[in-house]
Amino acid sequence: MQWETVIGLEIHVQLATNTKIFSGAATAFGAAPNTQACAVDLGLPGILPVVNEEAINMAIKFGLGIDAEINKVNVFERKNYFYPDLPKGYQTTQLEKPIVGAGHVDITLADGSTKSIRIHHAHLEEDAGKSLHEGSFNGEHGMSGIDLNRAGTPLIEIVTEPDIRNAEEAVAFAKKLHSIVTTLGICDGDMSQGSMRFDVNVSVRPTGQKAFGTRTETKNLNSFKFMEAAILKEVERQIDLIEDGGTVIQETRLYNGDTGEARSMRSKEEANDYRYFPCPDLLPIIINDSRLEKLKAEMPEMPDAKKARFIADFDLSDYDAEILSADQATANYFEATVRASDDAKLSANWIMGELSRSLNQNSIAISASPVTADMLGGLIKRIKDNTISGKIAKEVFEVLWQGECSTADAVIEKKGLKQVTDTGAIEAMINEVLANNAQQVENYRAAEKDKRSKMIGFFVGQCMKASKGKANPGMVNQILKQKLDG
Amino acid sequence: MYEKTIAEQSRALASGEISSVELTQTYLDRIRQFDGDINSFITVTEVLALEQAATADKRRAAGDADAMTGIPVAHKDLFCTEGVKTSCGSKMLDNFIAPYESTVTGKFRDAGAVMLGKTNMDEFAMGSSNENSHYGPVKNPWDKTAIPGGSSGGSAAAVSALLAAGATGTDTGGSIRQPASHCGITGLKPTYGRVSRWGMVAYASSLDQAGPMTRSAEDAAIMLNTMAGFDHRDSTCLDREVPDYTAILNDSLEGLTIGLPKEYFTAGLDSEVEQQVRNAIAEYEKLGANVKEVSLPNARLCIPAYYVIAPAEASSNLSRFDGVRFGYRCEDPKDLMDLYIRSRSEGFGEEVKRRIIVGTYALSAGYYDAYYRKAQQIRRLIRDDFLNAFKECDVIMGPNAPTSAFDIGSMSNDPVAMYLSDIYTLSVNLAGLPGLSVPAGMANHRPVGLQVIGQHFDEARLLNIGHRFQQATDWHQKSPTLV
Repeated sequence: MQWETVIGLEIHVQLATNTKIFSGAATAFGAAPNTQACAVDLGLPGILPVVNEEAINMAIKFGLGIDAEINKVNVFERKNYFYPDLPKGYQTTQLEKPIVGAGHVDITLADGSTKSIRIHHAHLEEDAGKSLHEGSFNGEHGMSGIDLNRAGTPLIEIVTEPDIRNAEEAVAFAKKLHSIVTTLGICDGDMSQGSMRFDVNVSVRPTGQKAFGTRTETKNLNSFKFMEAAILKEVERQIDLIEDGGTVIQETRLYNGDTGEARSMRSKEEANDYRYFPCPDLLPIIINDSRLEKLKAEMPEMPDAKKARFIADFDLSDYDAEILSADQATANYFEATVRASDDAKLSANWIMGELSRSLNQNSIAISASPVTADMLGGLIKRIKDNTISGKIAKEVFEVLWQGECSTADAVIEKKGLKQVTDTGAIEAMINEVLANNAQQVENYRAAEKDKRSKMIGFFVGQCMKASKGKANPGMVNQILKQKLDG
Repeated sequence: MYEKTIAEQSRALASGEISSVELTQTYLDRIRQFDGDINSFITVTEVLALEQAATADKRRAAGDADAMTGIPVAHKDLFCTEGVKTSCGSKMLDNFIAPYESTVTGKFRDAGAVMLGKTNMDEFAMGSSNENSHYGPVKNPWDKTAIPGGSSGGSAAAVSALLAAGATGTDTGGSIRQPASHCGITGLKPTYGRVSRWGMVAYASSLDQAGPMTRSAEDAAIMLNTMAGFDHRDSTCLDREVPDYTAILNDSLEGLTIGLPKEYFTAGLDSEVEQQVRNAIAEYEKLGANVKEVSLPNARLCIPAYYVIAPAEASSNLSRFDGVRFGYRCEDPKDLMDLYIRSRSEGFGEEVKRRIIVGTYALSAGYYDAYYRKAQQIRRLIRDDFLNAFKECDVIMGPNAPTSAFDIGSMSNDPVAMYLSDIYTLSVNLAGLPGLSVPAGMANHRPVGLQVIGQHFDEARLLNIGHRFQQATDWHQKSPTLV
């Protein structure tokens, strides 16, 4: 039987506010446990929440960024359940009236086709704290610790419609979403620190069947790779199960990215009744037109628009434009490099080639690259004006990367890498090479014309070697031909 | 001096007739002498009070004083006070000392008022008799076999017995007005949003409101001047100008239209209580007011609506008392669930548990629409009833409770009967309106108050109406004889 996979995602995006959603405590990652939790975050009696307006603004920007309706009256509700890292005994979130209504995110697939994934809604909520179990902190034997630093960190939870049909689409969607939130500057996008976490709802059904199969939810996947692996594994599990005569039960599952193992966490029957109701400590959030207009005016160029502009203005391929527009930092770097070099194609090639290779090898973000856009632009300029060859340029790049010099010109000067373009000097060098290789010259001249173009490569190589790569290859070629072909 | 009002004491402090230290010592002595029996205080902060009094005297001498500087007051034990236990009348918080000060008590502290201590109350402000306290019931100073009312019973009894010049209370469904009525004092529940709730341990967040409990309307105005105002830490607090509540106390009542809801004067209202309320209204007619019958057609629905909404909010507000971070924790929990179940079962009293269960039920999947959502719809109807009635009258008058104070223990086995006695006060909270209770006589040898309900933010008018009545009558000047 042919099976079709149906996937819906729920994504928690940590907003890059300085302070928490309902308190003035800082949100920075990695501080000592409970040093970034104030009376609000601890849920002390009598303490009241006050909404962080910056979190509201960021959620609105997200809505504008995915072409969604913004609900001008939206309401915080309480989701009630007991857990040690949930200090108030409820999570403040949104249910009936979320801030962001229906929207869409468009993805490009490997075959170049595009697909629109509908967003059901996105709502604001507070994050919970963290439970630390034995081994993960220096508590007494058998004790668990609670770190409330993360409690109250603002999140938007984005819920898609079940429009995704396979792991590839899911990853393309996730990457696009990452690109949107980082472009908007509302999330640092650092998935290793939990800034974006994916819950994956997966079901399968016989191809052609309308009704959805029973779905499972795999929670808290924090990398594209894990998400892809978890989906593939779960799809396989469900199909095997059904083909063996079993049935899928609705349940929450966990996937361990390190071991590749997945297991059931709880079934639907064990699910809580969260007793949602509007939070009486917070009035409904009213978003007026002037606020909306102000935020619209502040919107950056979104990845789709940027990609289209890169193609139009810089004549980039669809593939190059997609990569270079995917995140704000890369796009900024690219545009700055083009400004400095005045050559979009070479800028694109260098950023996607040499630069991205070096960044990946050293796990460095492009925003922290030791070779700045100006430096790279300066380097490209010297390739364009024939000061150096492409091969020498890689040497110059390496020196710049090591931080020995701060401009390509300084490297070229210091290392004496300037390309030789003096006709006399090149001729003298060629004469020497021809004299030293008399046999090869004879062979060349005896050969048929159509074989000569291959044979000339040997002489070019000898000349470049003799010049330590500095001779202008075009000129070497031209003069060699003149001399050999006579 | 302890029998004088805040207004009079303030003048005496200003003239140097008495010092705050002397005045404070007088009250502390009276508390020691009489409160063992009345049980109106949970904590008496003697050392702190005398320090604050000495500081207040210095401020007076330096000319840096306002009406409350040096005045000894008591705070209901649900206002968090930095460094002083805040128990909420519960075993759950018997060990809780807040590291912060509530906005209300902070404003009194900053004004130089002296805190005598923290007053007894129904546990987590749930109750109408002050019998639901971990620290034992409060007795009515007028008759120690009677309840003082609740939940601010300790504050009412303390002011009535002249153990404090004034006190703070909170009113979620009548918890200032009803005990004020039962103890023969003046109590004002301000408009929802007039006084900050920050640092007040929440019972039902959309209904809770703090207010003054005093021996006169003038004193209530003086205290409200200190309490009221916007607080950016409370999102439900309104940013609205605070008038001087003493400014129009003496305005004439000529032409005032008083609405009497026909639904309030029906079977179930004790005849002696009704007589005292009608006498008071007749007094207003002498002062130039007109009386008119109005209707609040949904009045009777306030009880079921309130007893869904308040417990629903409470069930969530009280979830934080789980034994994990602060408050009572059971001995030797064997696992997390055991810690939760026993800490909460042992830490909360019967009435609190009852309301948590009711509220949890009302919010449960499948019941939400039938209970919580329906109650919110009724709440809007009740509010609309009042707004309609106010098209025909300036204020509404009636009783605070169907009877004067009942005997301690007489209703404790019948929670529903106790809930029904809140019929005249609950709707004011549901509508977010201000309500005042002023002493208006005796029924069955126990005090009775007249309730005056105003329009939103009409506190100054209510206090004016209370003050003019007190200029014409002397019920508010009567005090119980203590032995």
